[in-house]
Amino acid sequence: MPELFEPRIVAFFCNWCTYLAADLAGTSRIKYAPNARVIRVMCSGRVDPQFVLEAFAHGADGVLIGGCHPGDCHYQEGNYSALRRFQLLKHLLKDMGIEEERFRLEWISASEGDKVRAVINDMVEKVRALGPLRKYPVVGGPLEEVAAYG
Amino acid sequence: MAEKPKLAFYWCAACGGCDEAVLDLEEKLLDVVSSADIVFWPVALDFKRRDLAAMADASILAAFVSGAIRTTEQQEMVRLLRSKSQLVFAFGSCSHLGGVPGLANLWTRDTIFQTVYTENASTPNPDGTLPQLITVEDGRELTLPRFYDTVQTLDQVVDVDYYLPGCPPTPKILLAAVNQLLSGQLPERGAVLAPDHALCEDCPRRDSHPDHLALDQFKRPQDVLIDEGTCLLAQGILCLGPATRSGCEAQCIKGNMPCTGCFGPTSRVRDFGGKALSAIASVAAAKEEAAILQAFENVPDPIGAFYRYSLPSSLLRRRRLQESGQLEAAHSPTG
Repeated sequence: MPELFEPRIVAFFCNWCTYLAADLAGTSRIKYAPNARVIRVMCSGRVDPQFVLEAFAHGADGVLIGGCHPGDCHYQEGNYSALRRFQLLKHLLKDMGIEEERFRLEWISASEGDKVRAVINDMVEKVRALGPLRKYPVVGGPLEEVAAYG
Repeated sequence: MAEKPKLAFYWCAACGGCDEAVLDLEEKLLDVVSSADIVFWPVALDFKRRDLAAMADASILAAFVSGAIRTTEQQEMVRLLRSKSQLVFAFGSCSHLGGVPGLANLWTRDTIFQTVYTENASTPNPDGTLPQLITVEDGRELTLPRFYDTVQTLDQVVDVDYYLPGCPPTPKILLAAVNQLLSGQLPERGAVLAPDHALCEDCPRRDSHPDHLALDQFKRPQDVLIDEGTCLLAQGILCLGPATRSGCEAQCIKGNMPCTGCFGPTSRVRDFGGKALSAIASVAAAKEEAAILQAFENVPDPIGAFYRYSLPSSLLRRRRLQESGQLEAAHSPTG
C-alpha cells in the first residue's frame, strides 16, 4: 500500500479569535488532524500576501487564514482587508496553477473550537486528495526541478 | 597614458529598448566613450563571441547585461561575460526581475512553440516544422540553442553586482551609474541604483491623493477619460505607484498613464506582485465577497497586472508544472 500523503498546511490565526479557538480546541481535548502548523498573527489583516506566497514557495501544500467574524475584528476592519486581499490573491494563485482548495480564509470566533477541528480536517482531506503541491519547494529545492528546464 | 577602463554591453531576452536607452544618452555618450572603451556591444558594434572569449579574465571593468535568460546561448554568454568582467550590472527590468519576457513563465516551451509555430494564423507552417537543436543539411550539422521552459533573471544564472531598474532605465539612471562606476563611488554590492522609496513620494499628482482611499470599482484606462491633474488611484485607475520604486521621473504619470511597476520593489519588499496586490486590495471599499469581486471585475488578469515585469523573480517564479512537465490545468490564465 502506498504511503499516505500528509499535507503540510500553514495556518495564520489571528490573536483575538481564531488562535483562541484553537487554544479552546486544545483545552477541550478536541481531536483533529495534526497537519496544520499554526502561526499566530495579531490580526488576519496582518497577513501580507507575501507570507502566503512564501509558504507555498517553501513547500506548504495549503495555506489557511483564520480571523474574527465580520464586524468582530479587534481592530475594527482588519478582517475586511484580509478578505479583499484573499479574493484577489486566490484569483492570482489559481492562474499560477494552485488550486482553490489549497488557499482558504475562515472566520472562527474564540468560542468556536469545534469549527477549528471541522475546518482543518476538511482542508487536510481536500488537499490530501489533490496531492502534494510540488515535489520540491521552490525555495531551496534543486534548481533544475524548480525551474523545470526543458 | 593609462589604459581606459573597459565596458561591455550585451542583450539576452529583451526587446532592445535598453540599448536604445544607451543611445538616449545622446552627446553624453561621447563623454562616456572618452573615459572608457566599449569593448563588446554586439547590437551596435561588430564584436563576436570569439573576441570576448579571447579577452583576459576580469579585464572588463563592468558588463551591462539587459534581458532575461531563456536559452542555453544566453546562459553561456552571461557566464562568459561574468568571467571576463570585474562587475556585472543587471541593466533594465528583464535582467533585474525577468521583465515582460518573464510572463512566458505562465507557459512552457512546448505550448509556446505550438502557439508561435503552428497555431498563429499569420504563420503558415503546413509541415508543422519546429525548431530543432540539431539539423543535418547537406551533410553539415546545424545547431540552435536550447529554449528553456522557464525564464530566469540574470542573478538566478550568474552573480550580479548592481541593478539598474526600469523598462528601460532612464538615461539619468544609466549615466549616474556609469559616473559612480568610473569615479569609484559605487554603493554596497547588490544595490539597486535608484532611490529606495515608492514612486508616490515623487509623484507630481501627490497633493491630490486623498488621505483615505476607498474605491468601489477599479477602471481600465481605456474605459474612462483620465483627469490629468488628479491621483490616478483616486480616479479608480490601477496605478502601482504605492508599491514601485521611484527613479523613473514619473514618466508614465506625466503621460497620463498609470505606473505598471517596471522599477520593481523597494529594498524592503521580497515579492513585488504580492506587495502590489496588497496595496491595491487595500484601497477597495467593499466588505462583502460579491462587492469585492465587483470592485476587482476590471482586474481580470492579476498576474499580468501585478507581475508584469517580475514573474521570474517572484517567490513562485512560474506557473506550476506537474511532474510530467505539463502545465497544471487548475485554471487557464486570462489575458
